[in-house]
Amino acid sequence: MHEMALSESMILIIEQEAVRQRFDRVKTVCLEIGVLSHAEPEAMGFCFEAVSRGTVAEGARLEIQRPPGEAWCMDCAGTIEIARRFDPCPRCGGHQLQVTGGEELRVKELEVV
Amino acid sequence: MCNVCGCGLGEGGSVPASGEPGHVHHHHHDHAHHHEAGAIDYGAGPARAHAPGLSQGRMVQIEQDILAKNDALAAANRRRFAEQAVFALNLVSSPGSGKTTLLVRTVEALKNELPVAVIEGDQQTATDADRIRATGVPAIQVNTGKGCHLDAQMVGHAADHLKLSVGTLLFVENVGNLVCPAGFDLGEAHKVVILSVTEGEDKPLKYPDMFAAADLMLLAKTDLLPHLDFDVDRSVGYARRINPEIEVLQLSAKSGEGFDAWLAWLRAGREAARSGPGQRVADDDQISL
Repeated sequence: MHEMALSESMILIIEQEAVRQRFDRVKTVCLEIGVLSHAEPEAMGFCFEAVSRGTVAEGARLEIQRPPGEAWCMDCAGTIEIARRFDPCPRCGGHQLQVTGGEELRVKELEVV
Repeated sequence: MCNVCGCGLGEGGSVPASGEPGHVHHHHHDHAHHHEAGAIDYGAGPARAHAPGLSQGRMVQIEQDILAKNDALAAANRRRFAEQAVFALNLVSSPGSGKTTLLVRTVEALKNELPVAVIEGDQQTATDADRIRATGVPAIQVNTGKGCHLDAQMVGHAADHLKLSVGTLLFVENVGNLVCPAGFDLGEAHKVVILSVTEGEDKPLKYPDMFAAADLMLLAKTDLLPHLDFDVDRSVGYARRINPEIEVLQLSAKSGEGFDAWLAWLRAGREAARSGPGQRVADDDQISL
């Protein structure tokens, strides 16, 4: 479950920011996990809870935004929305798609005290 | 039951995934499990909607990619490989696809022609590195312990330990896993995904992230095709639905069929790495990367 490694990276980012921006406790972590990213929000929640124990983010709540999957259809020459990587273009039914959005894995902001 | 934590409906007494004695169960079931025709899809729909108007504490802007640190280390690896004209490949597949057997035959075919080295990733044991070293080629084993993938730091560290000649063809055999290694850049020139014909032809659809990340798909164990119902065209079609650009080669490490094309692909990639911009190519230099 690579969400464990991703959660550890999140803690690293948060602890660096805790020093830089001077806060002692995180109440909320706002995350972007794109619909086409390789992380599962459910698993992230579980792993983050485990990994955050004993850190400034212990007990913090995850607020997860899910940017939609976006792709450029080479046949239609336009941007379309897809829910999964193997979805066809909703306009032409083709698969000549280049993913342009929805792969985000970002810590956006923190609510701190 | 919930496959995230193991808690659950109709499965009384199941042990939470954390396995800790006295584990206090914080994992609230406030999420929706999407049920569709007998399937439970954790990938569908927002898990927890973003609630605006957070109160009390102050908001701190972060805007950092979670993988930023790995990506920076991967970029450093890629720079070092480019400087030394090392052509690095990240081999990914399910367990049991025959990666190591394929690698052994590849190494045997090329070892007298050009410098080859291997980084082997597994959770445990050094048996794969032993198999490579038996060919006379340098190999280093990375055991990830509980980890399910190699990361850029592990590969950088392993490369430190291998005395790589300029112009080396470096294979990184990732942990057998079609899920987790997809997101972790190691600094390789290409991810190469190996799909053996004893697996389902629909694997590209089941594990799309990996097939999206790979530049080349090796369809392996083709000597077994006469005994199987595996539809090669359908499998390639599925892979190209995910990744229209993916190259495909078919081969068998047992019979050797298809190996000429694979070796030609490797030679061409290595030559391109050696003639890249700003290359200082001196074949006899031993350089520790």
